[in-house]
Amino acid sequence: MKQFLASISMLAVLAAGTAAQADITIGVNLSSTGPAASLGIAEKNAISFGPSVIAGQKVHYVIYDDATDTTTAVQNVKRLVSENKVDVLIGPTTSPTSAAVIEAVAASKTPMIQLSPGPATISATDEKRKWIFSAPANTTIYGTAMINHMVKKGVKTVSVIAVDDAYGEVSTAAYKTLSEPKGIKTLTIEKYKRTDTSATAQVLHAMQGNPDAIFIASSGTPAALPHVALIERGYKGKIYQSGGAANAEFLRVGGKALEGSFMLAPPVVVGEQLPDGYPTKAEALKFIKAYEAKFGPRSMFASLAWDALKIVEAAVPKALKKGKPGSEKFRVALRDAIEGTKGLKGAGSVFSMSATDHSGVNQLGMSLMKVENGKWKLEDHAEFK
Amino acid sequence: MDFQTILILAQDAITNSAIYALLALALILVFGVTRVIFVAQGEFVSYGALTLASLQTGVMPGTVWLLLILAFIAACMETARLLVSGARHKLPGALATILAPPLAIAALVKICTPLHLHLGWQLILTMLIVIPLGPLIYRVAFRPLADATVLVLLIAAVAVHFVLVGLGLLFFGAEGVRTPPFSDAQFTFANLNVSGQSLCVYATTIVFVAIMAWFFNKTLYGKALRAVAFNRNGARLVGITPHLAGTFSFALASAIGCLSGLLIGPITTLYYDSGFLIGLKGFVGAIVGGMASYPIAAAGALMVGFSESFSSFWLSGYKDVVVFTMIIPVLLWRSLTTAHYEEEE
Repeated sequence: MKQFLASISMLAVLAAGTAAQADITIGVNLSSTGPAASLGIAEKNAISFGPSVIAGQKVHYVIYDDATDTTTAVQNVKRLVSENKVDVLIGPTTSPTSAAVIEAVAASKTPMIQLSPGPATISATDEKRKWIFSAPANTTIYGTAMINHMVKKGVKTVSVIAVDDAYGEVSTAAYKTLSEPKGIKTLTIEKYKRTDTSATAQVLHAMQGNPDAIFIASSGTPAALPHVALIERGYKGKIYQSGGAANAEFLRVGGKALEGSFMLAPPVVVGEQLPDGYPTKAEALKFIKAYEAKFGPRSMFASLAWDALKIVEAAVPKALKKGKPGSEKFRVALRDAIEGTKGLKGAGSVFSMSATDHSGVNQLGMSLMKVENGKWKLEDHAEFK
Repeated sequence: MDFQTILILAQDAITNSAIYALLALALILVFGVTRVIFVAQGEFVSYGALTLASLQTGVMPGTVWLLLILAFIAACMETARLLVSGARHKLPGALATILAPPLAIAALVKICTPLHLHLGWQLILTMLIVIPLGPLIYRVAFRPLADATVLVLLIAAVAVHFVLVGLGLLFFGAEGVRTPPFSDAQFTFANLNVSGQSLCVYATTIVFVAIMAWFFNKTLYGKALRAVAFNRNGARLVGITPHLAGTFSFALASAIGCLSGLLIGPITTLYYDSGFLIGLKGFVGAIVGGMASYPIAAAGALMVGFSESFSSFWLSGYKDVVVFTMIIPVLLWRSLTTAHYEEEE
């Protein structure tokens, strides 16, 4: 009898052991505290919607917080790959933390889907960066949607007011390369600091020569400062905001001054207003319904984490044919499968990756909104038929 | 560049310089009385605006907790000091004066926050929360070091600055706020639109400078403060308590900082870390005034405001470089023209 019990418990241990061997582990590292907390918290919320079973395999999630700190992000990723033996990584939240973890990720041969954009970190031809994918649209996608709308509206001259940081630089650079071939003339590029108390001087300079439109390249609530100053100084032309400020705080701080201005954002922000048949509409509505029922107002950042999970979910069955979860073979196969993602309809975008495009977001993942009565209204979207 | 543009730039410059001038006043006052170069002066500006914004949304501002925690630490320090010096009988009175006002204010805020009071009451509530922070910070961080060198006091001030900025992020988050203006009025003078809020800023600065001038020249208490600023030991000999003077100067500093924050809150977006740069520009003004003269410091603040406004127009990317580079010729000029004397310690 004793022997029988012992053999049963042995069997149970063995069974548990093999099951754990075959389980898929997803490592998540986000900035749910620190300066990028408003992004990281939304992303962490969305991870809770992740599937518990993919293709018959149980899925484990290990979630760490890097406090928007590059050193902590690297430590977290090292722990995830060595201790937790994760098969795929989701995160980090910000561009600096994403750039910091590349070495650790490549050394462990683990595919990673980062939730920050950045052409600097994505290049499939690079031996290290071939492990890195990104879920959000890059500045070129944003810029193209804006320039297309400017051309449609007959805008010929533009002044740029950019915040004096990396985001402002990258957005302005993308705008410049895209606007010149379309014959749009840039009158001046003004800079201001996030903590400035006044942008009146920059606004006055930008208004000289009465440009058809003014492009404000800034993220978060700092984007409101030059915008409000433009209205105070009686600017009557079009104002375009880069996508960095599409949140409720920006609407609150900008108030009435924002009426009639344009904002770039992934179409998920105005999911309900998308025309029927828009490729991302169904998934966007699914995301909005699930997220708003549980966590309150939608967040485009949450949709990034949602989509990253979708990409993993679609890639895992292909990779399972090549190797067992937990092995290097499986991770390599998973990387190849993610790179082979074609026409995957996510909540924020339609993803089609390739060896040279590790973001996979195309123009379908970008729309232009207008502020009307303190709310976002869909103004322009990509052709989809 | 036409005349109209120059006028608008000048108006913008005057509005900003008025705030820098107020902060320069506070910096000189604190330095004169306690020899502390109060780097954290700007934090009261952001605390003021952010506390008001919290009250507006009906949320209990985090600064109330800071107030209570500081009061608690101050009470512990005071208890230790009185027990060591053997003045046990003074303990209940001392604890009551330290703990009672913050507790009363916290209770008042707790009651008033959900009521969504009129803007004027919220302004008063904000001042009530932020102003006691000044004396409490003095009690906790600077009074134990009162006889240390200027350098040690400066290092303590830098530490206080970092603590306050970190707590600001914790209390209010990373996003900025814009508070409602005191009045929506718009006035037009010769094609120039002037908002009622800017007029409030000018009026407050002028009134404050006038009150300070009156207070320091006409009242006994003001004269006592000046005496401490002039010669600490001498003042002590004639019966003026430097600690009381220090407490009072920090209360004035936090009052000026908080008021500045309430004044510019509707004009610009303020963040948890905005205060430092504003304070630094006030500091440039104070340096021009040699950390001693109020009128020259006000002129220095005007100079900062104007160079900032006009350099933003022509060279927006290098604005702060221009403003802070200006300090070099000023320092050169001052060190060449003023006589030096060592402060007797």
